[in-house]
Parts: sequence; C-alpha cells; structure tokens
Amino acid sequence: MVQFIDARWTDILFQSYQHFSLVVQSLLLATVVAVALAALVTSREGLAPVANTVSAVGLTIPSFALLGLLLPLVGIGAVPAVLLVTFYAALPVLRNTVVGLQGVDAGLVEAARGQGMSDAAVFWRVRLPLAWPVVMTGVRVSAQMSMGVAAIAAYALGPGLGTYIFTGLAQAGGANALNSALVGTVGIVLLALVLDAVLVLLSRLTTPEGITV
Amino acid sequence: MNQTATTEQSGTGAQLELVDVVKQYPGQKNPAVGGLSLTVELGETVMFVGPSGCGKTTSLKMINRLIEPDSGRILIDGEDITAHDPTRLRRSIGYVIQGGGLLPHMTVADNVGLVPGLLSWDRDRTAGRVDELLDMVGLDPKVYRDRFPKELSGGQQQRVGVARGLAADPPVVLMDEPFGAVDPITRQRLQDELMSIQEELRKTIVCVTHDIDEAIKLGDRILILREGARIAQYDTPETVLASPADDFVADFIGSGSKLKQLTLQRVGELELSRPQTCRVGEPVAEVVSRVEAAGERSVVVLDERSRPREWLFLRTLAQHRTVPAPDHALQTVVDHRSTLSDALDAMLVSSHGGAMVTGSRDRYLGVISYDTVTAHIQGQQKEAL
Ligand SMILES: Nc1ncnc2c1ncn2[C@@H]1O[C@H](COP(=O)(O)OP(=O)(O)OP(=O)(O)O)[C@@H](O)[C@H]1O
Ligand SMILES: [Mg+2]
Repeated sequence: MVQFIDARWTDILFQSYQHFSLVVQSLLLATVVAVALAALVTSREGLAPVANTVSAVGLTIPSFALLGLLLPLVGIGAVPAVLLVTFYAALPVLRNTVVGLQGVDAGLVEAARGQGMSDAAVFWRVRLPLAWPVVMTGVRVSAQMSMGVAAIAAYALGPGLGTYIFTGLAQAGGANALNSALVGTVGIVLLALVLDAVLVLLSRLTTPEGITV
Repeated sequence: MNQTATTEQSGTGAQLELVDVVKQYPGQKNPAVGGLSLTVELGETVMFVGPSGCGKTTSLKMINRLIEPDSGRILIDGEDITAHDPTRLRRSIGYVIQGGGLLPHMTVADNVGLVPGLLSWDRDRTAGRVDELLDMVGLDPKVYRDRFPKELSGGQQQRVGVARGLAADPPVVLMDEPFGAVDPITRQRLQDELMSIQEELRKTIVCVTHDIDEAIKLGDRILILREGARIAQYDTPETVLASPADDFVADFIGSGSKLKQLTLQRVGELELSRPQTCRVGEPVAEVVSRVEAAGERSVVVLDERSRPREWLFLRTLAQHRTVPAPDHALQTVVDHRSTLSDALDAMLVSSHGGAMVTGSRDRYLGVISYDTVTAHIQGQQKEAL
C-alpha cells in the first residue's frame, strides 16, 4: 500500500485536485441555477410543489443511467462530467432554497414591500438573506453527494479520483486492484470532509449577523 | 439636530380622499370593503375602529396599494395614487405595523434608514436622520443604533417601527394596530410619545386599532366601521362619545362612556398638588424636620436633573443617614400629557393615593391625587345632569 501511494503520489494529488475542482465548479454552477429556479418557482402560485417533485424524482435517477444518456449527446471528457455533477448538485439546493424562501415570514415580506422596496430588492435584501442558512444546508448536502457522483463521472474519462476506483474494478483480483480502489475511496472521503469544513465556515461567514442563533 | 433633515422637513401632512372604494376577495360572498368614501384632512389623525373582520386592514392597505381596489379612487392631495408605480408611492407613505415588522438581519439603524436608502439619500444625511428619529422615539442612538431587532424588547422594536415609518418624512403615515402587541404600560408610553411626535410633525395619520380607548385618546376623528367597511359614524371623539349615531356605535364604545371621558382629559389640565421634595444625597435629618414642619408624612425624591425617583414615607427614610438613590424603576409617574385614565392606572400601584407628574425632559411638576381626579369626575357628572 505504502509503496503503491509512494509510486503515484503526484498523480494522486493531481487527480484529487481535479476531483475537488470538478465538484466545486459544478456546485457553484448548480447553486446559481438552483437559486434562480427557486426564485422563479416561488414567485408563481402552484409551481413550488412541481419543483419539489422534480427534485425528489431527479434524485432517484441512477447517476450511471444519466451518464449513459449524456454520453451520446455530448461525448466523453469534462463536459459530461460537469453536467452530470451539476444536475445532481442542483436538486438539493433547489429543494432547500424553495423551502427556505417559502419559510420567510409573509408578514415581513409585506412589511418590506410596504416600505417601498421593489420586488428585486425584496428578493436580494430580504428573502434570500433570510433563507440563506437553509440554502447553505442544501449546498452542504449537495457537496457530499457530488463527491460520489464525480467519481462516476470518471467513467466518461472525466478527471478525478474515480479513475482509481474504476481501475481497481477493471483489474479486480489483480495485484494493485484493492490498493487502487482504496486510494480512490479514501481520497474522496477526505476531500468530502475538507469541503464540508470549508462550507461550514463559509455558511457562518455569509449568514447575516442578526439571524444567527 | 441635523441641518439638512430639518430644513427639508415639510412638517405637514397631506389631504387624503377615498371615493367609493370597493374590494372583494376572490371566493367571498360579500365585499371586504363595500364602497368606502372618506376624507381625511391635512395633519389629522383618524382612527379606524370596528369589529374584527370588518375591513379595516383591507381599507388601510389599499391606501399604499399593498392591495389594489376593484373600483373607486384614492387621492392624496388631489392626485390619484395610481398615477405612479406602487413602489414609488409607498416610499412617500409611512407604514407601521403591529410588532414593528423589523427586518431581523438588519441593524436598528439600517431598518430606520431603509426608506431614505431607497430614496438614495447620502450616507451622512441618512445617519443624521436615523439618530434624530431614534431620539424622538425615546431610544438613545448611541446605545441602540447598532443593535439587531432580536436584541430589543417588544416595546423597543415597536418604537423602531414607528421611527422607520417616519424616517423619510412622509406626509401620510399608515399604522395597523401599532401598539397591539405590547403590554398596557408600554402601550400607554408609546401612545403618549406618538401624541407628542404628532404635536410637532402634524402628519396625516390613518391608524387602525381594536382598542376604542386608544382611538379616543389618539384620534382627531374616529371612523367606526361595521361589516364590509360601512361607516357607522365618522366624527370627533367628543361627539362620538356624547352622541353615538346608533345602537351599534353605542354598543361599540361601551357602557362606560362617561368614564371614557377620562381618556379625553389630560393630567396637565387638572390642578397638581406640591408635596415636599428632597434631593438624592441630602441629609435625612434636615429633610425630616422640614417635612414634619410642613405637617406632611411623605416626601418626593428628585435626582440631580429634577426627575422624580421615588415617593417615600418619612418612616422609610428614617432608616438612612442621607437620602438614598433608588435602584428600581418608578411605576407611579405619568407625563403631563397622559390621560386621566392612564393616571388612575398608575395610582393603583401607589401607596400614596396619587401619581407623580412630569413635564418636558421628565422634569418633576407635582403630584396628581386620586381625590382630585374623582372630584373632577363628580363635578362633570353634576354638570351633565
Ligand atoms: N387575503 C384574503 N383573502 C380572502 N379574504 C380575506 C383576505 N384578507 C382578508 N379577508 C377577509 O376580508 C374581510 C376583512 O378583512 P380585514 O383584514 O380587512 O379585517 P380587519 O377589520 O382588519 O380585521 P381585524 O380587526 O381582525 O384585523 C374579512 O372577512 C377577512 O376574512
Ligand atoms: Mg386587521
């Protein structure tokens, strides 16, 4: 094992970096898309349940199956990897943002409108800040899930630690099969812990002071 | 205090007119507001009262277009409010709601400075205005400016809510049960403060309340509504009390309407008595001999700024060498603008059968006694017979 890592540590570090970067970029993209969708959905009567159903059903699609559908459309490489991770990452953020926005006291929103805030101002300065802790919880859930999904993306020759897992699987029974799979799995778990710690910190820093408990 | 803010203060309200305003909510048999017509004169305070669900809030929210009427017109200084977009309209109309409705993630200063911010006032002007208003509603800006709403008591939040409604100096201010969520003593204080603010600013105020006493106390006129916001009576408190339009109104103002006259009269209109006073820190022996020489058994303690701090019996004082500084807040003090009914409330917790009365800046004016108030009421009843 030590030997295995020793021989490949530059590659392991590089793949870890690739994996982390894939997850973070997809997560960012997913958050932006999900918050925009949630804003749209909560502004129209009756759309929010639809969004919740979509995110619940979406999460039941096996990631391998979705990858199978994506590959013929966009080919192999980084693009299907980003699309795949973003799709799954967006769902929990969407659901949480919808719940968070709906949880904002309607009386408070009306009070803000009554002072003369425009709809945009009410969204950016009242509803989103108040929903923010719930949104960030969704982002953390997404981050954990994306770590696993990103491993699947390696199947489409995307970057990341998934390569080690697939190599391990392909050479099952071979000399370094177990080492390879272990490096991939443990590496992903470590990355997930690091990212979660970063997100907890970020959540603290970005949650408005007046609503922390 | 702030030069720009004061020079720009118009200090006056605007005339407000509702013409046959109708609002029916979808799926309801009867309109919530079925043709309300009403004129509120410039600088007047009108109190909307009526049974729950009679359409007070709906009527109020149509004035700042949080609710759009189905038909009818609303005019401010003769101009139809639909002439401009609702967001701009609302910046020119103060809006105060129950509990304050403060944004929890913004500081007190940001909450009060919200509308000035929306109107793009510059920073210094807004900051000056915020301090001025906090001062006006009785909150020390240095202490409270940077706090968050959760760090304030209910009464303080409500004060900030009032300050926010007045921040951009709007000619018209709408209030929906502004003091409904605070305890009776705080409510009385807030009412007194609003009266003194209004004395100075003369805004046009429309205030919803379910408390008829509050309506009588604060209103230049009272609008009594029945189901569907139909007007039962619209008149001055004196007239409504003296000659209710019909049984509905008579029922609504209640049987104690003679006693309700108490909410029309201010403490300052009655004669105050002036018992002996002393200062914190004075030698007790001197105080006792002075008070006894005057043939009295109790003495009012004032602090260095002539504010009343306590009302003590000599036997309590005799335990000390010098007059002690009291360590508790006083319950039995009323402002000279308080109503007689407020004064009676305060007397209930007094063991001296009276309440201490303060003037501007909480300075001691004298004492109003229970006997003075009852004699006054009896005198009025004789007159009425
Ligand atoms: N959004 C709404 N949808 C449907 N009906 C409503 C709505 N808001 C109010 N109503 C109805 O309209 C009527 C008037 O309501 P409104 O809130 O104006 O009463 P109110 O006089 O302010 O009552 P309260 O003293 O209880 O606050 C009530 O019958 C109420 O049920
Ligand atoms: Mg109401």
